[in-house]
Amino acid sequence: MEQETGSFTIKKGLAQMLKGGVIMDVVTPEHARIAEDAGACAVMALERVPADIRAQGGVARMSDPELIHQIMEAVTIPVMAKARIGHFVEAQILEALGVDYIDESEVLTPADEEHHIYKHAFKVPFVCGCRNLGEALRRIGEGAAMMRTKGEAGTGDVVEAVRHARSVLGDIRRLQNLPDEEVMAFAKELGAPYELVLETRELGRLPVVNFAAGGIATPADAALMMQLGVDGVFVGSGIFKSGDPAKRAAAIVKAVTHYNDPHILAEISRNLGEPMVGRQVSALPEGELLAGRGW
Amino acid sequence: MNIGVLALQGDFLEHQKMLERLGARVIQVRLPQHLQDLDGLIIPGGESTTIGKLAVEFGLMEPLRAFAQDHAIWGTCAGAIFLARDIGRDQPLLGVMDITVERNAFGRQVDSFATDLDVPVLKEVDPVDRPFRAVFIRAPRIAKANGTTRLLATLADGTIVAVRQNRWLATSFHPELTGDDRFHRYFMEMALSKHDH
Repeated sequence: MEQETGSFTIKKGLAQMLKGGVIMDVVTPEHARIAEDAGACAVMALERVPADIRAQGGVARMSDPELIHQIMEAVTIPVMAKARIGHFVEAQILEALGVDYIDESEVLTPADEEHHIYKHAFKVPFVCGCRNLGEALRRIGEGAAMMRTKGEAGTGDVVEAVRHARSVLGDIRRLQNLPDEEVMAFAKELGAPYELVLETRELGRLPVVNFAAGGIATPADAALMMQLGVDGVFVGSGIFKSGDPAKRAAAIVKAVTHYNDPHILAEISRNLGEPMVGRQVSALPEGELLAGRGW
Repeated sequence: MNIGVLALQGDFLEHQKMLERLGARVIQVRLPQHLQDLDGLIIPGGESTTIGKLAVEFGLMEPLRAFAQDHAIWGTCAGAIFLARDIGRDQPLLGVMDITVERNAFGRQVDSFATDLDVPVLKEVDPVDRPFRAVFIRAPRIAKANGTTRLLATLADGTIVAVRQNRWLATSFHPELTGDDRFHRYFMEMALSKHDH
């Protein structure tokens, strides 16, 4: 019997297994083990967490394949890694390494300011960032098998994550209330492929799994995003820039499972030590915002 | 009929939708008290390390083992791992089924695949004999099936991917990701029948 690999069902399928989970940024094999022990459903292997990329500046690129390889060896859960927007050769390298998911990420410095990677050409699945429904459906049109709302990475300020999740989910609610004849104009307004707009309207949700990212730093932040209606969360700097990463990581994992139970949330939010030192997004100069990268 | 889905992490909503379409009432199980009044339980796909850790943290291990004694349970992928007695590494397991499971037995995500399986037992719920399209995502294999365990499906090379023991079912693949509801119907009949076979 013939075996089929790399189909969209299989690419989307791994994201479906990650639902209700936390994907954590890690920069060393040791971090990766802490994340796995804390209950992460996957890790994102990278050289610098977004808070450090933000602080240090310079061009942020794909991580050293040796580091990614060591992290893949260190854990049994899925390992993701980031390629620059439009940098399809970084993506080819990550696919050759055997990573489980590629994040075409605005956290790295974009390699192309007009075009994203044509992701249907790959067997490995991609996750991409979005701020609104149009951006999400354009990425899915290019072959993304998972989405994450962008938020503002490396800030510890959840405000942009909330804005982007409300925008995507709110536009889906609007779409569902439109009469048939208004859907085409809505697709035009979104700049999104019509067929995907129709599919989203039919499903009442994005056609792929959608996590929240960018600024989540506490169990309450994670539960907030879950209650707003995302399928899971990415936590970047929020864990390993905090006072007690193992404890905070485990608490955020529990918060994503019990997001609707304030008594459990109260219990697991106790005594977590210092959260990461945040940067208020509204005080950041325009040039330091990452979410605007992507087209 | 009340079917629980273990809702700690993973694709429990996919199972829930399929069960509801088949007329079951579905209860999401996150704490021990959610196991009351269930006729059966599905442990979904997800990350077995995450599911195991949360089950320990929220006191579900013993209640789940006790539930298994007189109820039907079905584990898909991570759920099959969680039901196993042995997986050759240290992580929380229910140890309900007399099987040895190997995690990530087919490789990483780029090796994930779909294939047609011959599953003769599905004729009990649908007499039309046709293959089952099975989706394997970073899937485990059942390396050893001991005792009273019955094989329900194997790959062409003999790799065991679906087994039943008493009223417990384990599949390496994800029937909840396809439109084919025969495994869910088979499980619901298992949950209704009070005797093992």
